[in-house]
Amino acid sequence: MSQHPTTYVPKSAFGKWFESRLPIAGLVHSSFIAFPVPRNLTYFWTFGAILAFMLVAQIVTGVFLAMYYTPNAGMAFQSVEHIMRDVNYGWLIRYLHANGASMFFVAVYIHIFRNFYYGSYKAPREVLYILGVVIFILMMATAFMGYVLPWGQMSFWGATVITNLFSAIPLVGETIVSYLWGGYSVGNPTLNRFFSLHYLLPFMIAGVVILHIWALHVPGQNNPTGIPIKSGKDAVPFTPYATIKDIFAVVVFMIFFAYWVFYMPNYLGHADNYIPANPAVTPSHIVPEWYFLPFYAILRAIPDKLGGVIAMGAAIVIWVFMPWLDTSKVRSTAYRPLYKQFFWIFVIVCFLLGWLGSRPAEGWYVIASQICTAYYFAHFLIVLPVLGFVERPLPLPNSILESVMGVQKGGAGIPAGANAEPHSKG
Amino acid sequence: MMKRTLLIAAAVLGFAAPAFAAGETPVPPQLKWSFQGPFGTFDRAQLQRGFKVYREVCASCHGLSYVAFRNLSQPGGPEFSEAQVRALAAEYKIQDGPNEAGDMFERPGRAADHFPSPFPNENAAAAANGGKAPPDLSLMPKARTFERGFPWWITDIFRQYSENGADYLVALLNGYEEPPQGFTVPEGGHYNHYYPGHVIAMPKPISDGQVEYPKNEAGQPQVPETVDQYARDVTAFLTWTAEPHLEARKRLGFQVILFLIVLAGLLYFTKKKVWARVGGEVEGHATPPMTHNP
Repeated sequence: MSQHPTTYVPKSAFGKWFESRLPIAGLVHSSFIAFPVPRNLTYFWTFGAILAFMLVAQIVTGVFLAMYYTPNAGMAFQSVEHIMRDVNYGWLIRYLHANGASMFFVAVYIHIFRNFYYGSYKAPREVLYILGVVIFILMMATAFMGYVLPWGQMSFWGATVITNLFSAIPLVGETIVSYLWGGYSVGNPTLNRFFSLHYLLPFMIAGVVILHIWALHVPGQNNPTGIPIKSGKDAVPFTPYATIKDIFAVVVFMIFFAYWVFYMPNYLGHADNYIPANPAVTPSHIVPEWYFLPFYAILRAIPDKLGGVIAMGAAIVIWVFMPWLDTSKVRSTAYRPLYKQFFWIFVIVCFLLGWLGSRPAEGWYVIASQICTAYYFAHFLIVLPVLGFVERPLPLPNSILESVMGVQKGGAGIPAGANAEPHSKG
Repeated sequence: MMKRTLLIAAAVLGFAAPAFAAGETPVPPQLKWSFQGPFGTFDRAQLQRGFKVYREVCASCHGLSYVAFRNLSQPGGPEFSEAQVRALAAEYKIQDGPNEAGDMFERPGRAADHFPSPFPNENAAAAANGGKAPPDLSLMPKARTFERGFPWWITDIFRQYSENGADYLVALLNGYEEPPQGFTVPEGGHYNHYYPGHVIAMPKPISDGQVEYPKNEAGQPQVPETVDQYARDVTAFLTWTAEPHLEARKRLGFQVILFLIVLAGLLYFTKKKVWARVGGEVEGHATPPMTHNP
């Protein structure tokens, strides 16, 4: 927390000399060691660490893939197969990277819905939250361009469909599309610029992640009660308490990740992407990766092209306004009995949209998509503002500690002497 | 209320629709494969038979361009001996060059060469095959699949069912039959029970007894020389060409996951010990009784 000056005292003479010139050790100490963490955080709060791990994993595997990959329309597919067959452990690096994208989105969606459930987006964490939305949008762009790089059928046609969306923008649409393509259709220049941007964007994500963590360390972490830390007894120092929990959670997530990589490496992709790109043959179904499906369903729910593009964009941009659309004074849904129901309906609608996004846009699927899309926006524009006025929240505990003691059966609570000293070095 | 009724109606009809669609293209039967599951490995003899089928039947029209001859002797594949591979490669004519005079020339294949394609280019392949080029087979089992539908796409994750492409290919090779009454097969097409839309450009590629299999001591083939067996063998072979490191992948996966589980266990108890200093880990929130509402 920036309000908490660091308690870091360099021990060596060099440490003192260096710290007085660049206080980076003190910054790390106050941010990742002494930083007070609510003691009641659940495993839903470990997804920040999991996401940090995934970002690093994607960058590391991606750097190695780029050493062998050839961003040329005539050679890209072959170079990926070269990685899969001839490069030592190339298959492992590529499957880690391809499935890593999916794992990244699994983690980010849990992270986002944890934030929705516990009201983490509310004051004073609005900027922290909006930076998170920015990261998500950058992630989507990165993942989309990454999927184009193997230059399979779904790469090519996915790129064609998605870049074509920009042509719906009045006046400048066609110009934007021709800049995206670098020509008059998706082709070699498109692949080249997508590769360049796919390598660039993760570092932009890393930059925004630093801002995201910085913004987190000003108000501190939210917690399942939604009420702030009131005394030292509510908190524990980040290290070792949160650190060891995060490491444990990351390793458990790695097991989940490994299951896909080693046993189901192609399940989350499309068979069509093992067919080299062919501009003359359109696949029977052009479907984006699973993590885009809810937005794809919203896009296709609107019969008008521009309307669909606007709806799809608005579906994400509307998140930015959540801190102000939600009128409830209570953060945590645990104390919002009515909102809890609407939260789970919203989750189900998002899953339904995902499923509808994988269906062909015909018949009842379209109508179901339209109903779900309408509900999706109603959640933000009607449910969130209205509930704050009509809902009677449950009484909040006086402190995190009090809440936590209630969780422990038998009421024995925490031994008095064991209460944390949040600024100890651990 | 109206909206809810519509939603339910939409959901019911939405789930019903794939059933109609499934009626058009039948679902391939799921077969037993030696390479399925977490400890799956290829059956060397089957891969060698499958290679024979590819070479004697498929190779006249279909390329295998991502596979090099040397791959055939690598561990985890058909594991022919290196001498066998060298002899095999030498039977192929590979175009090389240009030489010092600037001319292209043909030489016998080497182990490092890839399988030459049966046609010089895609247009030639299409021209020789009624307008549609036969696809390269290197990746075929990974490049084909069929719709699994709800809830099988969820159970597949736990069953590790990833042989859908292989099952489809066997079904396709077995799926040539007389068209049902009233079904007109267009000129140059062939009726196939499992091909989406039922009209496939490839004529029935293989018949019973067409490929001779190795004999046992009694002079009988080790496995039946039937279309079904050919289809299974060539599909197993192509599964290997599509995923040559499948065995290494599954073997390494078991080691990695075992290691991670042990590591996670150790970390779990370390975490417990660390948190014991502050009276143990407590999570979440309590909802106080409703009686004392503010």
